[in-house]
Amino acid sequence: MSEDAVRLIPADEGSWRLEAYLRRGGYEAARKAVMSMAPADVITEVRKAGLRGRGGAGFPAGLKWSFVPQGGAGPKYLCVNADEGEPGTFKDRAILVRNPHQLIEGMTIAAFGVGIRKAFIYVRGEYGRIAGRLREAIAEAEDEGFLGGGIFGSGFDLEVIVHLGAGAYICGEETALLESIEGRRGQPRLKPPFPAVVGLFRAPTAINNVETLANVPLIIGRGADWFLGRGLPKDGGTRLFGVSGAVRRPGLYELPMGTQLRTIIEIHAGGPPEGVAIKAVIPGGLSAPALRPDELDVTMDFDALARAGSMLGSAGIIVIGDKIPILDVLKVMARFYAHESCGQCTPCRIGTSWIHKTVMRIGEGQGRASDLDHILRLADGMKGRTLCPMGDAAALPVQALVTKFRDELEKAVAR
Amino acid sequence: MSYAPSAAAVKKIDGIIAPYPEKSAALLPVLRVVQDELGCVPPEAETWVAAKLGIQPIRIREVLSFYTMFRRRPAGKTIIQVCRNLSCTLAGAEDIIGFLKERLHVGPDGTTPDGRITLVTVECLGHCDHSPCLQIDGIDHGPVTRDGVAALLEELRAHE
Ligand SMILES: Cc1cc2nc3c(=O)[nH]c(=O)nc-3n(C[C@H](O)[C@H](O)[C@H](O)COP(=O)(O)O)c2cc1C
Ligand code: FES
Repeated sequence: MSEDAVRLIPADEGSWRLEAYLRRGGYEAARKAVMSMAPADVITEVRKAGLRGRGGAGFPAGLKWSFVPQGGAGPKYLCVNADEGEPGTFKDRAILVRNPHQLIEGMTIAAFGVGIRKAFIYVRGEYGRIAGRLREAIAEAEDEGFLGGGIFGSGFDLEVIVHLGAGAYICGEETALLESIEGRRGQPRLKPPFPAVVGLFRAPTAINNVETLANVPLIIGRGADWFLGRGLPKDGGTRLFGVSGAVRRPGLYELPMGTQLRTIIEIHAGGPPEGVAIKAVIPGGLSAPALRPDELDVTMDFDALARAGSMLGSAGIIVIGDKIPILDVLKVMARFYAHESCGQCTPCRIGTSWIHKTVMRIGEGQGRASDLDHILRLADGMKGRTLCPMGDAAALPVQALVTKFRDELEKAVAR
Repeated sequence: MSYAPSAAAVKKIDGIIAPYPEKSAALLPVLRVVQDELGCVPPEAETWVAAKLGIQPIRIREVLSFYTMFRRRPAGKTIIQVCRNLSCTLAGAEDIIGFLKERLHVGPDGTTPDGRITLVTVECLGHCDHSPCLQIDGIDHGPVTRDGVAALLEELRAHE
């Protein structure tokens, strides 16, 4: 068995082609599931494997699938979240480009387990060219009988539709994504009901991230215990850690869940360039509260980062060097959330734009002594007061920067 | 003015609509086909799409005004999207944007007077390990330098 066979991002030549995937043992797990397993056993195995959602929230995938009602005459849907809008994140792109068949195989297994016959892959509009390759892979899989009608000659069918977004961060939020597939503005829905019960076209729907589903063939093919052995006892498998910013070797590193953050930055990504020291690290995409240089001994898994007051999120690690003013980071952050708020909930719509205006004013040298407290208060007013988690996603990282780098920001205000 | 897409576009649109359980769900991909053909989605196209999908015209306007990739007015033949989110900013995106503005004599969201190039600044393109980065007509480039950008502009000119 080559190491490539168990990697989400294989290194072999032409890794995205069907022949290459078959050489790596591709579609054997789907064959095993469809031909020899009961659907409920598929879900049980994934639950045992401790596969937590790679889209951001870390919700256990098998548990989520178990919430979708069994049986029933009406349709059920699977939606794959390939919106990848979280700044600092570029992992799903790599799976789509280097290993699309593993995603397709994971979808087939998930759909079989949950009893789904139609799936949508929601790909962000900016990945239009990548979606082309995905469509080719889907056509190849259909030709070989791995997808479409009567998969592996069984009675199980799965149709897959690629749906392109059109530039809106909020469409990565699962219910906004449903609205967007239905041809509307991406405005999140009130939960409950959760999508597992009332989702796409009002039918029960499972929604998972690309990386989450790409792990499923490994679990079914090699078993839950093997998968747990690749990560932590309650948080199985590897993780695609994306490193960008002030490091010598920016890139994607596939490492065991629970690898130490400092190791990823210093050893794998080569640490900061000559003459640069680390000022801050954002560990899981822009929405994850920043860590100070003395906080980097944390392990990169969902629970450890939550304990450290941040989150693993999308595992996009952004390293900020000491030459960059924190105010510049805050400006980008504030602008981004103000621009991307869908406008539906007042605290998020007004809060993000007010924070943005205040930060810009400080940047123009017009800061007031009360500004930093004002920003913290505005952020407080957003937390937990919006339909979707975007209010928190915008408030928490801003609060972390203002709190942890207060001295530096005070100086910028006083300037 | 009334609008009807080319026969090829209509065929494509029918193919797109077919697998959706509800026709109206095909709105985003259908608008993309229209925009690819016309360079934008003008009001007369809104009317055509609404009739095609059996929805109120206001639904089209709601969607066009929400998603940043849709345009209601014509843009340049070539669209340069420059990322200005955090990883790219840390790698010097503002300098690249400044350089492009200077070379093209346009501000962000501006089109060169000859209608050739529109410059747009965008949030993260999901290519942060290649920052600073940009997309020209959907093709990714990065990491780019001032010289690299100058060469890309030269190439665009050569392809005229
Ligand atoms: C504002 C916002 C943006 C999000 N963007 C993404 C995204 O781009 N990709 C993604 O997979 N999940 C994103 N999520 C998380 C999804 O809502 C959802 O939790 C996820 O798709 C579930 O899949 P998983 O359980 O496999 O992680 C976002 C959430 C929020 C609140
Ligand atoms: S920040 Fe520019 S591509 Fe991600």
